[in-house]
Amino acid sequence: MKLTALTLVLTALVSGSASAQMTINGAGATFPYPIYSKWFDEYAKVDSSVRFNYQSIGSGGGQKQIIAQTVDFGASDGPMTDENLKSAPGKLLHIPTVAGAVVMTYNLPGNPAVKLDGETIAGIYLGTIKKWNDAKIAALNSGVSLPDQEIVVVHRSDGSGTTFIFTDYLSKVSADWKSKVGTNTSVNWPTGLGGKGNEGVSGQVKQTPGAIGYVELIYAKQNKMPVAEVKNSDGVFVGPTVESVTAAMATAQIPDDFRFSITNPAGKDSYPIAGATWLLVYEQQNDAAKGAKLVEFLKWSMAKGEEMAKQLDYAPLPQELRERVLKRINEIKF
Amino acid sequence: MATAAVPTSVLQLRPASRFGDRAFEWLTFAMSLGVVVLVILVGWQLARGSHLAITKFGFHFLATSTWDPVAEQYGALPFIYGTVVSSLLALIIAVPLSIATAIYLTELAPLWIRQPLASGIEMLAAIPSVILGLWGIFVMIPWLRAHAFPALKAALGWTPFFTGPIYGVSMLAGGIIIAIMILPIITSVAREIMRSVPNLQREAAYALGATKWEVTRIAVLSYAKNGLFGAAILGLGRALGETMAVTMVIGNTPQIKASLFAPGYTLASVIANEFTEATTDMYLQALFEIGLVLFGITILANLLAQLLLKTMTRKMTTRVAQ
Amino acid sequence: MSGSANHQFRKAKSLIASLLCSVAALLVIAPLGLIFFYLLRSGLSSLNVAFFTNLPRPVGEPGGGMANAIVGSGELLALASLIGVPVGVLGGVYLAEYGTARVNALLRFVADVLNGVPSIIWGVVVYGLIVLPFKSFSAYAGSLALGFMMIPLIMRTTEEVLLLVPGGYREAALALGISRWKTIVHIVMKTASKGIVTGVLLALARIAGETAPLLFTAFGNRFWNRSLAEPIAALPLQIFTYAISPYDDWHRQAWAGALLLVAMIFLINLLVRFLTRGRAARVA
Repeated sequence: MKLTALTLVLTALVSGSASAQMTINGAGATFPYPIYSKWFDEYAKVDSSVRFNYQSIGSGGGQKQIIAQTVDFGASDGPMTDENLKSAPGKLLHIPTVAGAVVMTYNLPGNPAVKLDGETIAGIYLGTIKKWNDAKIAALNSGVSLPDQEIVVVHRSDGSGTTFIFTDYLSKVSADWKSKVGTNTSVNWPTGLGGKGNEGVSGQVKQTPGAIGYVELIYAKQNKMPVAEVKNSDGVFVGPTVESVTAAMATAQIPDDFRFSITNPAGKDSYPIAGATWLLVYEQQNDAAKGAKLVEFLKWSMAKGEEMAKQLDYAPLPQELRERVLKRINEIKF
Repeated sequence: MATAAVPTSVLQLRPASRFGDRAFEWLTFAMSLGVVVLVILVGWQLARGSHLAITKFGFHFLATSTWDPVAEQYGALPFIYGTVVSSLLALIIAVPLSIATAIYLTELAPLWIRQPLASGIEMLAAIPSVILGLWGIFVMIPWLRAHAFPALKAALGWTPFFTGPIYGVSMLAGGIIIAIMILPIITSVAREIMRSVPNLQREAAYALGATKWEVTRIAVLSYAKNGLFGAAILGLGRALGETMAVTMVIGNTPQIKASLFAPGYTLASVIANEFTEATTDMYLQALFEIGLVLFGITILANLLAQLLLKTMTRKMTTRVAQ
Repeated sequence: MSGSANHQFRKAKSLIASLLCSVAALLVIAPLGLIFFYLLRSGLSSLNVAFFTNLPRPVGEPGGGMANAIVGSGELLALASLIGVPVGVLGGVYLAEYGTARVNALLRFVADVLNGVPSIIWGVVVYGLIVLPFKSFSAYAGSLALGFMMIPLIMRTTEEVLLLVPGGYREAALALGISRWKTIVHIVMKTASKGIVTGVLLALARIAGETAPLLFTAFGNRFWNRSLAEPIAALPLQIFTYAISPYDDWHRQAWAGALLLVAMIFLINLLVRFLTRGRAARVA
């Protein structure tokens, strides 16, 4: 009797959930998660026959799962390496969506405005600068009273494109960092606590007095956490804003496969730790119906989505780049 | 007609029911074999997923402490260390408390308090790991950071175990949360064991003029020693594999530090954090091998516990039989 | 006299030991009280209609609910039972009714070993077994991981309750010419049905809060699950994601979800109490 009841319940569940609606699954970067979840929410109103389920598991996860084909699209804010591209069963395209800033956010008594430069950030993350009132930090922040407090370094515990942008920047500005740690979506951290995702790092910083962490701008903004101004390659301290990321974006030389880096760019208005983020899709889609819907969505994101980016403090792609991307989207076969 | 029908139907039934019997026996046997199949499945999946890492790193995997996805160097030592230390901390906290509670429940507590208290402890066992982690992040960690850890540092800062900066999330926090998770199992097993100590033992000790505590110590504790040890090892088995709550409070940093205030990382946590996002094959292989190591040590702990508890029950039954 | 002084000392020692033991008991039960207190304090105020009926909002926007995760957990548990219950119950029948002492000792032992396998390992195994070959995270994968965990639990409790059925019942039925398997199904299992259901419920209560096996199998879903071959949301998974996030509103919802989950688990346990009422409740 019990089994019959169970079967009944199950049939009800299964039949209840079977419907014409299609779900397209994606996973990856947490960096653009706020804008993506906004897009997918808005897009559900545009086309109600399709749902985009996006899980923010980290860029490493996005790359891994699209290679394993367990998702319909991946997302990453570090471009894939040639080696990883080769291990994929088909040709993967990088579709840039928006650019954003990786900000240094912190948790200090009274949260004073703090300025940092590349060397200092590298020192903090290498564990050579241990206290907030260290001479190197104090030298950049005359007039700010920094507490005699241990710096609690927070980094990502998962494979992350935010980490890629951050370590890419540090490798460019610090020889020490380049030789000891290097650039990747996951690295061998010399010090600090691990948090899962941009969510986890901002959560950890918010919970821990004396903490510093790197997250996408929107996570700091939405949670009213302070962000540091960072010295760019022209020697100017610049805060992370849509404008300073757009300025950084303008300096980029973008190749045809759209894999590029905009960390430590030239220009006095550029924010130095910025990066673009990509969706990863197969040029040849396995499922024609899903492929068609995916392409429709990608076109929509270029046309309408970019305008929403600014509301969430992401920098939209320059018009010229958008046209190039659109052309590439049209090459997706299904 | 009825009389004619009965014998034939019985004759027809016999072979059919024998077939039914045999089929049913085989069916249940096949289902019970499910557990064996599952153990083999787990071992096979983990070994298959990690054989490249095993051949590439060999023994170094267990003995080196670099976890470097950039250079593709993987050493599991910090995770093994973190798992062992956080579990031992948990045991140090939980075992005395659990055994004392079991003594209270079987020997000391007023009768009306025993059942509600035991039920309460069972309820604690039913709280999911993730909820304990949630509570750990928002209640326990801030309290430890603001009150308990500074006090510990002030009192015991001269030892290497309580030095360095206080982050809140730490090996010690991990140990405490695991302790909370294994308190119920150790307590209930210890209680069962003490309850099964024959009353004759206690009466004999009382007859010699022993106090209540001496009765407990002589008649109950020394008698139940092996079983209590088994209960502790059973707790250890649970502690080693604890995942969610630990991941949320231990700090997720693969390092070997003497200070318990420093963050750590466990085998189970690194799988939880990095498994879906390992970008390269070797990275994933290394994580599978971590799974294999974890599977191995939890099995060992459970084997030991079963063995200890089994000799205990054997001892009981033979004594009772005498 | 020194003898009496010694006696006083021993009595004092006994008293102190008793005191310490009661303090220990207090310390053991304290976390339960603390957790309940905070669950109620932080969770109760967030349980509203929206929590039960709405989908999650986009990141950082306050509001929304966990409707999909609540239903998702239900679906996962139902599907897991479909795997765990038949295998566990029938396996338990074999142990109680057929197996020889030696085979039983081995099977019991293996079942106990399985019970000790860390739950995260089940996630890894099912990822390799289902997710990779079928190229999709799915409700199937999640429930398979949970179902696997149920098998040894149910098998052992079923065996225990079947052994409690007096042998006379079996002999009487067999003497009436009823075949053995019918005796087992209609007499023995029926007599022990409450106990079997209890075992199943306890196993459900145990896996309802499992998060680790779902991380790489069920995966989570921000929307309703439309097909069991697709990723699905689950309450414990959602609590985890929200708990480690920086958003206050998500923290609020994590507490509410936790309260709901604990309430569900305790409800199941209460039901078990009710079922085992009046009998020596030896199912643990």
